[in-house]
Amino acid sequence: MINTQDVLETIQMIREENLDIRTVTMGISLWDCVSEDVGRLCDRIYDKITRRAEHLVAVGQEIEKQYGIPIVNKRVSVTPVSLIGGDTSPEGYLRIAQALQRAADAVGVNFLGGFSALVQKGMTVGADRLISVIPEALAETRNICSSVNVASTKAGINMDAVARMGNVIKRAAYLTREEQSIGCAKLVVFANVPEDNPFMAGAFCGVGEPETAVNVGVSGPGVVASAIRRAGDCDLSELAEVIKKTAFKITRVGQLVASEAARRLGVPFGIVDLSLAPTPAVGDSVAYILEEMGLESCGAHGTTAALAMLNDAVKKGGVMASSHVGGLSGAFIPVSEDAGMIAAAERGALTLEKLEAMTAVCSVGLDMIAVPGDTPEEVISGIIADEISIGVANNKTTAVRLIPAYGKTAGESVSFGGLLGRAPVMPLNSYSPAKFIRRGGRIPAPIHSLKN
Amino acid sequence: MKAVITVTGKDSVGIIADVAGVCAKYGANILDITQTVLSEYFAMIMLASIDGLTIGFSEFVDILSALGTGRGLDIHTMHEDIFNTMHHI
Repeated sequence: MINTQDVLETIQMIREENLDIRTVTMGISLWDCVSEDVGRLCDRIYDKITRRAEHLVAVGQEIEKQYGIPIVNKRVSVTPVSLIGGDTSPEGYLRIAQALQRAADAVGVNFLGGFSALVQKGMTVGADRLISVIPEALAETRNICSSVNVASTKAGINMDAVARMGNVIKRAAYLTREEQSIGCAKLVVFANVPEDNPFMAGAFCGVGEPETAVNVGVSGPGVVASAIRRAGDCDLSELAEVIKKTAFKITRVGQLVASEAARRLGVPFGIVDLSLAPTPAVGDSVAYILEEMGLESCGAHGTTAALAMLNDAVKKGGVMASSHVGGLSGAFIPVSEDAGMIAAAERGALTLEKLEAMTAVCSVGLDMIAVPGDTPEEVISGIIADEISIGVANNKTTAVRLIPAYGKTAGESVSFGGLLGRAPVMPLNSYSPAKFIRRGGRIPAPIHSLKN
Repeated sequence: MKAVITVTGKDSVGIIADVAGVCAKYGANILDITQTVLSEYFAMIMLASIDGLTIGFSEFVDILSALGTGRGLDIHTMHEDIFNTMHHI
């Protein structure tokens, strides 16, 4: 029997605490689209995506109505394009990006991810050519997302790729300078990238994935913050229980939506991503959770500990609520997409160094952080190298999505609107890592014994 | 299949009659009602079977929502599964 209290709690979560399904992402394999002729390859890609994802948006909208819960984004992820493009010319890769954009337009998704390359150990001809045109592809398309995996715990760090990505990010910023360097918001550099991630900009359909699969990312920072507020002055053991119970409820909704979407679309259910994904909406912030836990401001000493506990409790509560868990699972800390992070950065409480430390204990990494437009590419590469080594050494996913905002200096801000939000331009350490970055080569895989 | 219809807002004459009227018109069979008025604030949770619905569920949701908007009420109609899934293991 339905309990009145349960009904009211659910409605409050959705109406007042911004509980939503952040994304229903359909992974589509493009392996069978491979062709020597790039025109044919593009046609096949377009046909396959538009056929498989034809009903994705409509089904998402039906489920929203059925359960009364918003599904904010409907998206598509595809096989990393460098794997199916082969030795296509750089211009050919740009044509593929355009074909992906046409397919995204046709099915009505707001982002399509997979203009990607996996180069943790080295670069194939295809990866090399794809990476060379990422800035142009991001500038010439609106909804295509790109990612490059430059390292893994098993392979080590491809420092040639790290050096190159510094340049790619700078060029992407320049080519989209008229739109506040928005190209960089659609590009992620990864270590240990997951193959079933439903979240952009890093989503792609990995090599071990089925033909198609539905992956769902949940959200709900506002719900967790409210639960903590209601818990009052309890100790941290009790607080961890509160977070776990809340995460369980949030994730159960994700599981329900994922199973229903898979059933209606006739494709396998992949995973639920146990994420706390903030939005710029007030009240939908991970930083506010940390502040609700007792910090004067996100970024204060104690932030890393609070975040570690939050992240762990979210996973513990979420795992039991879903039959398959994957993706990036954990609390996200994208600065521009989180009202509390923006405020903390603007008041000087949250620095890049603190953010880097926080990424050692939570999901993803240095995400949606604007830095001065005149930052040298070697410094960007240095930031990538640092963040990526945290992931490699700790056997976890980390990523970098930096925006060297063209023409902007520290203290100014960039505004992308919508879910991408607004980012204060953060100052950087100005000492140069150029000589270290220019050495290139590979940082060997770390030893996973003798742990210290 | 069952739907949970929640109605909240300022109390006035005929709220239950109107909601029940919509249910009857489109074939939703009312199974249970919990209703209170707290200092002029009306709150009702109605459970209805939607197996015999003569229109699509989405349309039913929209009609009830529009009825709410017209009367200054908040009316949400949701499939019962979301509550069962969230609150029961």
